Amino acid sequence: MDTIQVALAERAAEQQRHHGKALFFWVWGALLVMTAVEVILTYQNMQPGKMLTILLGLSFVKAALIIGYFMHLKYEVSRMKWLTMCSVVACLILMTIFFFPDAFRILYLGVK
Amino acid sequence: MADSAVHDIPSVYEPSLFGTYSKKIGMWLFLLSDSLTFGALLYAYSYGRISTAGWPTPFHSGSIVNATIMTAFLLTSSLTMVLAVRASVHGDAKGQRLWLLATMLCGAGFIILHGREWSNLIAEGLTLPMFPKVPGHEAASEFRNVSKVVPQFGATFFTLTGMHMLHVTLGVIYLGVVALRRTFIPVLLGLWLVAWLATPAYSPFHYGAHVLLIAAIVCGIILWLKPKVYDSSDVEVAGLYWHFVDLVWMFIFPLVYLMSAKIL
Repeated sequence: MDTIQVALAERAAEQQRHHGKALFFWVWGALLVMTAVEVILTYQNMQPGKMLTILLGLSFVKAALIIGYFMHLKYEVSRMKWLTMCSVVACLILMTIFFFPDAFRILYLGVK
Repeated sequence: MADSAVHDIPSVYEPSLFGTYSKKIGMWLFLLSDSLTFGALLYAYSYGRISTAGWPTPFHSGSIVNATIMTAFLLTSSLTMVLAVRASVHGDAKGQRLWLLATMLCGAGFIILHGREWSNLIAEGLTLPMFPKVPGHEAASEFRNVSKVVPQFGATFFTLTGMHMLHVTLGVIYLGVVALRRTFIPVLLGLWLVAWLATPAYSPFHYGAHVLLIAAIVCGIILWLKPKVYDSSDVEVAGLYWHFVDLVWMFIFPLVYLMSAKIL
């Protein structure tokens, strides 16, 4: 690696040194608890639409925790955060728009 | 040839736009593109799920418990991975190797449990036409016609979870190379032999095991062409890949398993 690359890697390593182990254990615990909540919800005979909303909501929270803390995106420069997240969200929105008329039918057809 | 040699200016580069090193940016770009692959597969599964009547709900409580343990394995592997990255930036080589091996162990546990889940489903009659028939096994009555009436289930389920299983397998191999370097190649070849010989000829894993052989050849060539000691940035980049695999499962687990749980 050239000098700048080495300096950047060292800066990233320096940022990591400030993280306590405890934070990672808390995030791991939260992810496990949310997984347990998801499994319990499955057996509550809820409306499928409502259950899907809650499960997806929890999945997005779990994804945010993994990306933010485990993948360290929270500690990257804002340019990197915005470009990566906006690009992937934009593509997923495009997919949703493409599938929207049929995807919307879940409310009417139901999930058995 | 480096720019500095061409322009005769020692190490003059513009600072990175994203304030980090290029390997990490490269991995992030790869993961963004890979997320769209999984996004498309998840959409395909959901589309089939919504628009098809008589969608099977094959995941009884045993399957859900199995999938929950698989999820716990992946979440724990993410914790051990982040601890490996932490050990590497502290210069703790032994800790880094141990945490990487712990991550690989959790990943291997996930693959074994997932393989067991697949084998049970195939034995019950939920299969793909391309899979060999299990000799002496009759499909369970509730799934006898599923492969014919709702072929979308098998096609989307096995593609989505198979793609994820392939990613986990490649992730374990990636971490093995970072942790053990050349020592890992004979281990990988041994694993290939065990997986190939231990699985019956009618199992898709009998053929799937060859992924390990291909990986051993590719990794051998890479390590032969560019032998190096992997530093903390390499461990962090490998960690990004591993966490991504975990992240994708956070969507597959509820959408595929929990939404198709068999509730008696």
